[in-house]
Amino acid sequence: MGRYLAKRFLLVIPTILGVVTLVFFLRFLSPGDPARLMLGERATPDSVKVLRAEWGLDRPKSEQYMVYMSKVMRMDLGRSYKTGDPVIREILDRFPATVELSIVSLVMAAILGILAGVVAATRRNTLADFVAMVGSLVGVSVPIFWLGLILIIVFAMNLNLLPTGGRLDVRMLMQPITGFYTLDGFIYIFKERNFSYFLSALRHIILPAAALATVPLAVIARVTRSAMLEIMGQDYIRTARAKGLPERSVVWSHAFRNALLPVITIIGIEFGYNLAGAVLTETIFAWPGIGNWMFNAVLSRDYLAVQGGVAFVSVAFILINLLVDVLYAYVNPRIRY
Amino acid sequence: MTKEESLLYEQWVQFKKNRSAVFGLAIVVLFFLMALFAPLLAPANPIAQHLDAQLTQPMHKGFLLGTDDLGRDILSRILFGARISLLVGAISISISVTVGGVVGLVSGYFGGVVDLLVMRLIDIMLAFPSILLAIVICAALGPSLQNAMIAIGVIGVPSIARIVRASVLAEKEMDYVTAERSLGASHLRLIFSAILPNCVAPLIVQSTLAYAGAIISAAGLSFLGLGAQPPTPEWGFMVSSGKEFISTAWWVITFPGLAILFAVLGFNLLGDGLRDVLDPRMKE
Repeated sequence: MGRYLAKRFLLVIPTILGVVTLVFFLRFLSPGDPARLMLGERATPDSVKVLRAEWGLDRPKSEQYMVYMSKVMRMDLGRSYKTGDPVIREILDRFPATVELSIVSLVMAAILGILAGVVAATRRNTLADFVAMVGSLVGVSVPIFWLGLILIIVFAMNLNLLPTGGRLDVRMLMQPITGFYTLDGFIYIFKERNFSYFLSALRHIILPAAALATVPLAVIARVTRSAMLEIMGQDYIRTARAKGLPERSVVWSHAFRNALLPVITIIGIEFGYNLAGAVLTETIFAWPGIGNWMFNAVLSRDYLAVQGGVAFVSVAFILINLLVDVLYAYVNPRIRY
Repeated sequence: MTKEESLLYEQWVQFKKNRSAVFGLAIVVLFFLMALFAPLLAPANPIAQHLDAQLTQPMHKGFLLGTDDLGRDILSRILFGARISLLVGAISISISVTVGGVVGLVSGYFGGVVDLLVMRLIDIMLAFPSILLAIVICAALGPSLQNAMIAIGVIGVPSIARIVRASVLAEKEMDYVTAERSLGASHLRLIFSAILPNCVAPLIVQSTLAYAGAIISAAGLSFLGLGAQPPTPEWGFMVSSGKEFISTAWWVITFPGLAILFAVLGFNLLGDGLRDVLDPRMKE
């Protein structure tokens, strides 16, 4: 396993270098000059020149590339043109919101998805199976941005149960501790005997997390079902039944335990997608995370912010996938190559 | 030839047994018919504004699905929108399949350094979260439906290339390929007339599923304002322009969203069914 892991770790380096290189080349994709695009049509030639010099755009491309790479390696992603703050600072400020949303939505997706998958597999070819499988296809087919709006119409506007967006009631001023508001709110219950932060954070995260959970939920249900089907047909399951174990214990402690491997893998992969793919969800629910921030950077042509954001999220995505592979190798005794 | 026909027939018989796949095919055919006959079916001009009938409720004043904020007939816009979504899907898939297919064929057939480099590049592309890549490409090229198609086509390249490469690797060691090679067939002939036809099955399956993905991505990009521009009756864009009125006019976003949902569902069901029939190895 050591050799496999070493190889896997080493492969990450060229991949990250490649991703950052590709991000660098994104700047040549736009037909115009980034500085001119940023400053608009009426910019004076002088101001364009100053900005070009500031961004190093007047240097040869090879030099630009070397400078960019060396800066990125030192976590220097430049400054946002809109706010003047370091891009990495802006990203790190918003990252906890995105991670929190991803985790909560994945917990929802994992619980419901595993349940649906196991039920579908153990009651194969029944109505329950059909409903779960068609349901999961609907889950991967539904446009998230539309589902988000429908959730807002139903739960926020008509039933008036949950807020339409944001992370916390506007009137509340909570001093963040971890940056995960639900966790922070939980801490404040003990610290100040104040339940309102926790409840407010919880109420705000439910709808966006539910919208973001649809695709992972569907995928997890399908993977669980097929893993369970494969295992339920094996001899040791028949043995477990033959010795008179109750069906529930056969399913959960004998079969499911061994079906967990692919399920864990897919949860990890979906976590990576969630971190990056939350642009639509965060935009609709005004969730102040990275996706929302990056989309605004795209709109305002804040090009260092866009570049930095893409690089950051992609590297995070690669590292999460690495983590999944390491975990997989650790849990799966068969990987010894 | 008769043998091939009977194989096709056998597959059709198998396909028909899969109820959800047939349902998917029916949905897809229905949407193609909608797109084809939109001018005949649509009760109104999709971009004509009825300023005396803004935000009319469904089933009122002769508007079956109501009107939007400019008084445009939603049903007509959805019917014409089918043309756009299906076209966007078809064009972006063509880009992915052409580029990804050639890359996969060359990489798998020749192997060696080419293969190594190409596969690294593909890994790097797959390391980008695809929706993000599409947004960035679209933003860089400038927001338009055409650029959205390019962006979606590009993000589909890696998975197609991988699938084609995998089947080329499996096929090129087969005896019939060795036989043709020993008869002196050129590389081009080997690639295109011996190997390619045998990679078609997984390619069809993947393209069908990617069609679903392309429709939903294009709608997402248009929703963000990076794809179709007004007054194009594009479904994602319709949802986006209706979001200001969701507190009063639920129908403006609901029906175009359902259109996206069903179109994507149709292609997904069809793709799943085709996978079961065409490629038993890929079965989950």
